Formats: sequence, C-alpha cells, structure tokens
Amino acid sequence: MSRYIIGRIGQALLVLWIAFTASFLLLQALPGDAILIKFQNPELGLGPEQIAALRDAYGVDSPLWQQYLQALGNFLTGNFGYSVVGSVPVAHELLTNLPATARLASLGFTLAVIIALGLAFLATLAPFAWLRTAIQSIPSLFVSLPVFWLGIMLIQIFSFRLKWISVINPGEFEGLILPVITLAIPISAPLAQILIRNIDEVSTQPFVAVARAKGASPSWVLWRHVVKNALLPTLTIAGILFGELLAGAVITETVFGLNGIGGLTERSVRFQDTSVIQAIVVFSALCFVAVNLIVDLLYPVFDPRLRRLKGAPA
Amino acid sequence: MSTPLLSVENLSVAYKEAERYARVTHDVSFSVEPGEVVALVGESGSGKTTTAQAVIGLLPENGRIEHGAIRLNGEDIAHWTGKRFDAIRGRQISLIPQDPTSSLNPVKTIGAQVGEILRIHGERDGKAIAARVIELLARVGLSDPELRARQYPHELSGGMKQRVLIAIAIALKPQLIIADEPTSALDVTVQRRILDLIDELRRDTGTAVLLVTHDLGVAADRADRIVVLQGGRIQETGAARQLLAAPQSAYARQLLADAPSLSAGTRAARSPYPAAVIPASEDAILVENLVHDFQIDGRKNFRAVDDISFAVRRGTTHAIVGESGSGKTTTVRDVVGFGRPTSGRISIAGTDIASLKGDALRQFRQKIQLVYQNPFSSLDPRQTVFSIVEEPLRNFGRLDAAARADKVNALLERVGLPEALRQRRPRALSGGQRQRVAIARALVLDPEVVVLDEAVSALDVTVQAQILKLLDELQRERGLTYLFVSHDLAVVRQISDTVSVLQNGRQVETGPVAEVFRNPQSPYTRELIDAIPGQRSHANV
Amino acid sequence: MTSIGSTDILVSKPRNAAGNPLLQRLRGVSPSLVLAWGIIALVVLFAVAPSLFTSFNPVQGVPAEKLKAPSLIHILGTDALGRDLFARIVYGAVHSLTGAFVAVLVGLVVGTTLGLFAGAVGGLVEEAVMRVVDVLLSIPGLLLMLSIIILLGFGTVNAAIAVGITSVAGFARLSRSEVVRVRRSEYVEAAFGSGGTFLSVLWRHVLPNSLTSVLALAALQFGGAILAISTLGFLGYGAPPPTPEWGLLIAEGRNYISTAWWLTTAPGLVVVLVVLSANRISQALGKVGR
Repeated sequence: MSRYIIGRIGQALLVLWIAFTASFLLLQALPGDAILIKFQNPELGLGPEQIAALRDAYGVDSPLWQQYLQALGNFLTGNFGYSVVGSVPVAHELLTNLPATARLASLGFTLAVIIALGLAFLATLAPFAWLRTAIQSIPSLFVSLPVFWLGIMLIQIFSFRLKWISVINPGEFEGLILPVITLAIPISAPLAQILIRNIDEVSTQPFVAVARAKGASPSWVLWRHVVKNALLPTLTIAGILFGELLAGAVITETVFGLNGIGGLTERSVRFQDTSVIQAIVVFSALCFVAVNLIVDLLYPVFDPRLRRLKGAPA
Repeated sequence: MSTPLLSVENLSVAYKEAERYARVTHDVSFSVEPGEVVALVGESGSGKTTTAQAVIGLLPENGRIEHGAIRLNGEDIAHWTGKRFDAIRGRQISLIPQDPTSSLNPVKTIGAQVGEILRIHGERDGKAIAARVIELLARVGLSDPELRARQYPHELSGGMKQRVLIAIAIALKPQLIIADEPTSALDVTVQRRILDLIDELRRDTGTAVLLVTHDLGVAADRADRIVVLQGGRIQETGAARQLLAAPQSAYARQLLADAPSLSAGTRAARSPYPAAVIPASEDAILVENLVHDFQIDGRKNFRAVDDISFAVRRGTTHAIVGESGSGKTTTVRDVVGFGRPTSGRISIAGTDIASLKGDALRQFRQKIQLVYQNPFSSLDPRQTVFSIVEEPLRNFGRLDAAARADKVNALLERVGLPEALRQRRPRALSGGQRQRVAIARALVLDPEVVVLDEAVSALDVTVQAQILKLLDELQRERGLTYLFVSHDLAVVRQISDTVSVLQNGRQVETGPVAEVFRNPQSPYTRELIDAIPGQRSHANV
Repeated sequence: MTSIGSTDILVSKPRNAAGNPLLQRLRGVSPSLVLAWGIIALVVLFAVAPSLFTSFNPVQGVPAEKLKAPSLIHILGTDALGRDLFARIVYGAVHSLTGAFVAVLVGLVVGTTLGLFAGAVGGLVEEAVMRVVDVLLSIPGLLLMLSIIILLGFGTVNAAIAVGITSVAGFARLSRSEVVRVRRSEYVEAAFGSGGTFLSVLWRHVLPNSLTSVLALAALQFGGAILAISTLGFLGYGAPPPTPEWGLLIAEGRNYISTAWWLTTAPGLVVVLVVLSANRISQALGKVGR
C-alpha cells in the first residue's frame, strides 16, 4: 500500500514539474516580454539604455536554460518573480488576493453542493413523473449558461429591476450574494448531473430490490443504500470542479469588479504580465494535483472494496 | 377447503414501452399452500420473474398489474401500495434474489445488512439485533459468524453471499419465500448445497417457497408442484411427479425432452468411427503437461493451470469440465493460441503452436476456431451477419467476392439462418440466432478443430438443444474435432466422447464420458455428477 | 429441423416490442431533439446567409435610432450607436460558429489522433501521451486558454485555437479509453482469431466502435466552445469591436444594463439556446453509441 502512495505522489510531482516547464517555455521564453510593453510607453520617458538596464535587472537576456533553472529554483523557494504591472513580488500579489477568492470560492462551492444535492433528491423523490423529468433537465440548462451573462442577468434582475441588492457600496455580505450565486450555479450543474445519473444507476442495482424486499420504504432505501453509493463516484471529479471553480472566480470577479485571484488573472492577461500568469497556472495545477491526490488516498476510507487491493483477484 | 397461503388469479402484467403498455403475462393463475414448494418454470421471456415480482409488489417502475388478484391469506394485495405493502414485505413475504454478487450493498457490512430487516420491522435494541444476526448467520451455515458480520460483501464468495441473503430472507420467519433463480449464478456444487439449505430451513419453519427457475431439473428435485410458463401464459400446472412422468402439454413435453439433466444417459457412439479405432497419430489436439502461471502484482505467481494433458482424436469431442477458477478458460486460450503457456506442449493437427509467431500464427488460425460463450459480446455490433461471416475469408484473401458470397450464403443456410436475416445486425437477432452466426463464422475457414467455450451455456434449454443438435450434425458432416468447455456435466454427457475434469487448475479425472459417469475415480467428479439436478425425481419416477 | 424454430427465444430483452425498425426509429425521435436540430440549422443559416434574415446593417448604425427598445421594426431593439441588435446577432453567428467549429476541429483531430495512437500502440507511448494529457487536465480550462492567448495574441482565430487546445485532453482521454475498451472486447479477439491483421482489425472493428462516443463528445464540445469563445469575447480577448461577436455584444451591452436590458439579455439567450441544442444533440448521439 505504501508503495502505491509513493508512486502516486511521484506521479503528481511529475505532472507538476511538466506543468511548470511547459508554462515556463510558453509564457516566459516565447512571447514578447511585458517589460517592453510597460516601459516602452513614451509617457514614461525612458531611454533605450534605461530599458536595457531594467532588462538586465529582470534577467531576461541571459540564456534560456539559465533562466529556467533560476526560475525553477525560485519557484521551489516560494519566489515567483516580480509583477511588472503591480511593481510588487508575485508572491505578494497572490497572498493579498487569495483570501478574497478563497472566501468566494468556498461559499460558491458550498452553495453549489447544496443546489446539486437538492436537485438530485428532488429529481428522485418528487411526487409526479413529469415534475421529476422537469427537475432532471434543470442541470443541463445550468451548464449551458455563460457565467458572465448569468452574473449580468442577476445584477439586472435583483439590483436594477427589483432593487433588492444595491450595486453601489453594498455591505460585505450583500456584495457577496450575487457573486456566490453566479459562481455556484454552473458548478452545481455537472455535480447534479452525475448525482442524478448515479442515483438512477444505483437504484436499479439488485441490492436495492433486496432492501425493498426487506420491507424498507423508498426513502429508507434512498438514504441508507443509494446515497453513499451514488456519492462516492462524484469524489473523482473533485479536481475538475476545483478548476471550474477557479475559472468561474476569474469571470465572476471580473463581472462584479471584485478583487481577487480572478481579477488579478484578468488584469495580468490584459497587460501580458507573464510571471503572474505563470505563478497562477502553476498554483492552480498544484491545487488540482493535490485535490486529486487527496481524493485518491481517501477513497479507500469511504469504499471498503478498495481497502484490500493487495488481495487475490476475484 | 381452507384458503391457500397465496392465490394468484388471472394475473396480467404489462410493461410500458414507448408510451404503450404491452402485456407480458396473460391470466396467470396458481396457488401456493402453506409449507408447499411451487416452482414457476419457464425460459427467458416466459413471464416467470414478472409474476414473482408482482407477488412481492416490486414490479419495475414501468410495469403495472392490468387485472387479476394476488391473494395472501385471502386478502387481495395486488393493488396495495406504499406503507401497507412495506409492512408485509420481509415479514410475511421475503425474497432470495438471483445474483448474490450484486444483491448486497457493497459499502455496508454483512451484519448491518442482516440486521437491517429487523430494524425496519421495529426492533430497536441494538444488542438484541447483533445477537440475532450472529444466530442467523450461524443458522445458514456460515463459519465464524462474528467475523462474517463485520466483513463486507466483497470479502465473501458467491455461495457465502447467497447464504447471507437466505439469512435475511428467513430472519422474520415469513410464510412465503420467493426464490428467484436462487442458484443460477453459482457453481454447480455450490448450487446444490444452497438448494439443500433452502429445503432444510423450509422444513424447519414450515415456510412455503415460490421457486422461480429455468431449470426443470431443479424444479423436479425441489418442488411439490410445478407451473410451466411460456410467453406469459401457463402451459401446464400439476404435481411435480405427475407432470414429469406424463406431461400433458406439448411445451412441457418439449422442455422435458430438451433438458439435458433429465434426458437419459449418454449418446450412442458419436463419431463415424469409434474412438479406439482411430490411430493415435490422428490426434487433432495434443496437450502435454500444460502449465500456465500468472503474475499478480508483478511478484506473486499464481498457477492457474497445473500439469494438464489430454489428446483428442480427429472427429471426436473432448469436454473440459470445471467450475469457476478451475483453469478451463486459461487452458482453452492457450490451445487456441491467445495465451502463452509457461511450459508444456500443445500441438494442433500436427503443428506445435509454441513456436508460432506473427504471420505463421495468423496462418495457423485457419486450423482452429473458437466459439465464445456470449454471442452478444463476440459479434461486432456494427457489422451485418453476412459481413461477420465473410470476414475470415477476406482475412486470408481466399476466393473472389462472388465465390465468397456463395460460400457464406451456403453456410448461413446450413446453420439455419434464413436469408432475411443476413443484412441484419447482431442486435436484431435472438441469442440462438447469434450463436448460429458465431458458429458459421468459425466454420467458414473449414477448420479442423472448433473450440466451444461454454458455447451453449447462455441459451435457453430449447434453444440449447437445437444448437447442440446442429453442432452434432456439423461434426458428422465435416469430420470436425470439438473441444467442448462447460460447467454443465449434463450437457457434456450428451455431446462428448471423452472428458477431462479440472479442479483448481489440476486435472482430477480424464477418460471416456460413459466410463467417467459410471465409475468416477475422484471424489470431486462424484460430487459434480451428484450435483446435476433432476436426479432425485428421476430415481422416484 | 435445423431451420430456426419459433422457439428461438430472445435472450436479451424480451420486453422490447419487435417491429419495423424505421417506424420504431421515427416514433422514438423526441420533440426536443427535433427542436435542437432546428435551432442549430437556423443558426447555421444565420452564418451562411445573414442577409436573408435582416436588412439592417450590423456595423453601421443610425444615431437617431439609438437605444430603442424592441419593437416591430427592431425586433430586439437597438444599441447605443443605433445598430439593430437582431442584425448584429445574425451577423455575429458566423464568428461564434466558425470559432466553435475551428475549436472542435483542433480538439477532435489532435486529441483523437493522440488518444487513438496511445490506445492502439500501448506501452511507453501510451504512458507518455497520458502524462501530457494529465498536465493539460491539471490546468483549469480558462487559465489554459488565457495562457495560450497570451502566447498567440488576441483575435477570433487565436481564441478558437486556444479553446481547441484546451479540449485536446478530453478527446485524447476519451478516445484512448474507448480504444482500450473495444480492444478488450471479445469481437476484436474473435477478429484476430479468424486471421485478422492488426491494421485490418483496427480499421474494421476498433475505429468504428470507438468513434461514436467521440462524436458525442464533439457535439458536447461544440456547445462548450461556443460558451468559451463568448467568454473570451466578453473578456475582450477575442474578436475586436465592432465585430458583432456574441460575447462582445454582451460586454458592450453591459454599460447600458440599467436602461437597455435587451442589449445583454437577447444575445445571452441566443448563446444559451445554441449551447442547449448542441448538448441535446450530443446526448442523443451518445445514446446511439451505447
């Protein structure tokens, strides 16, 4: 078993290393650089030799492999370079923006799970067949919504038509309501779809019929037999959902003009602030890999079938 | 006259298909007296399972009772719903399901699942439940019940799981147990022990059993009365002994004739020449000291096949018999050239196949062909019947298109597939028809040896009988050599000249079929022969 | 009697009513699927022949007509420069559709080739391809798109390529697993057993049986690509103004959110409808593949 864990961690590190290398090559080595974009602006009045001095200070003219090793070493020690636009270290940018995004993302994720569970159970337990069918089709509507448009629509309806939520200087909590909903709805859709499908699949398993034959009511069977078996496979998409969450945060923060990693990303792309983008890419890859690793290692805790991997074949 | 325990009256059940209800059972009526065993016998599509599901109120969502009554102790429960039915399920009627492997919740312990039925019906005292669970597990013959209660389903064998399910079914001493094909997913020897257990428990408690089975032999052994169903209609009902001795309906007579376990004895000399007359040099298959190891986790060695030897004379049939895990599948794959044995020699029609590689191996395949157990998965769903059978000829560039078509059409005609079916895809065929296609594909290259891997096991008995007959005729016409792999000794007795019995990778017995049946040398073979259903009544009749 | 008897009973699903397959197929088609195909066909027509649907100029506005609410003349109203919104949506279809088409094509061709190759050859090649796929999957789609756009620069085609590259991993993974599934099937073994060569089996059995679900994914990705391209357009990384790209339309309408609701609502609804239709078609394709 420990051999499996070590192998799994090794694989995760390999993926991270390739991600770093690829992003370094694509973002740092290939494109025209941010320094020129920023400092060539005539308004700054910098001469060519001053720009050259700046280039020297940023180390962009040394050979590629040297830059690569330098960057790798820096990343491993937590030094993600310098944000050209913000004129502060990237690590500083990340740290100042992380809490806001983390709050938005965790609230959004929680709400998404609640919506998904609610939809899945309603789609199973609702009294009429037509109602169940209707509820089952909601997630496919949700996945088809452009996130940014959803945000705008929510603002339009709740802030401008109904005037429930103020757009100008809302309170901290009030200001989060619409962004959290905007973020949660598209995330809840794939989750609800998988849950509904799993519940359907598990419900046709013979052990469900056996439980019914014991005299269990449909809701007893749902809660005590179906739910756990249906929830387990959703764990495997946790990593993907994390990525969706981050992407959703970028758009949501842009639409609502919030500060955070998302807003930072949008700004960095606009100004080609590549060291920030690279740091965000590697950071999100790290989170993805970590989430998947944790899920893989925890899975046997929830699923007894995987606890005895070393046993003889069935 | 006292009221019967269960009385099904003119029951018609329909399933909703594409907005329309289609009836699957028509006016089915029968009754079960207290303590009696009644068998519902029929092939797939006969409505036997539907009837059983209706009795316990667990029809699939798209099914409904169109008319008729289901009386339990005189009270019509056919249209009971919800809580009312829940209260009698498990307490008065319980179920032993078909497939023990998927019938237990994989993420709950055995103890929790047995205890659940007590909990559902109002037992709150945790200690009492735990004690009763252990008692029940011990009652169904599980060793170390305390350990079993803590284990999860995947840690138990199929037979043990079925015992757990029986423990659940008898927990509240119901008046009626519905046993839906309770042993068809199990090995033959396990099958017999499970049926014995159900019998014993039934006698102890006086519970009646409604036994659903496709196997007339099982019904003959275990039931007091038999209800024969076909196409959703009752063909015949009667006391088991009477029905078996003198079936009244044509269908029951055919079932009886086609059931391998009930038809008498071995066949007459099967090959055109008696086996002994053919010289040993005419061995079509020669397997010597075959050993096959598998690596598990890259380290441990698992010996799936351990020193197996047999020879098959040209034009005869050799059967390999064994239960799951006996090594019969591994042996067959090595013989056909899909597997690489660890050691030993395999020679097919004089060619040693260990040395074959690449194109030589490909050319060799013209000599030996395999027919799979499952005609659903061994035919490409996107090809037509014609192109499936034509493909081997194209592979070897034999014949031009017109000659190929002639040959394929002639062969399809021979295996009994009408012209109308030739442009269909496998999905549009029945199981028997598909197996005919698979046989045609195997024969189109005119091989010398055909390996039949459980080739009739998935088929209904009447279809099975037709396919066995076809195989027999083809063998005589073409001088084919068959290697027939099966778990079913009754079928083997019908079709083979010689037989090898495998157990855990070892060959425990080999010899002419008649002799092995008359005088088995190993206790395992004895057990297998005894496990063939249908023998008890046979002795009685 | 060797001909097939009437007792040859279906082993599979006895409850399936047999009958004329064509009739059955027609009866089985659901109205929502027809509607989905209808919407896609209409939008394709928008892209091919926009002038059939509107006589207004999508780029040149009439200042006097600015910010008019939907009416009989301007059925979806006008924007701040007096341009007819319906005309802009109709003329915008070509940008969204070609963008999505290019994106799916890139993903389908590159991803499926990689996946088929990995699945068919196996061994080290498979291992290497799948590690690359893992890396692509480990980076959130939007970030990957943005990184590629930084590399390639802003614009319609570049945005489409970025979206396409992002979907490569999905196609590669699916096609590989399909190939592996089909390769393990008995009918493929049977094909080898009756003398098939590697290439003939790959061509006759593995490819046709693996590609159905890849096709379903392509339809799904088409919807996804429309969403992604409109997102990039909204963020300002796609087509430059005054191109009537749908995402850009919504971005432009955002400034008039309090006064001209139609400017954001209408193009968004169009995107939703097209994406819904693509997903519905994908679902139907996936079912056929079962």
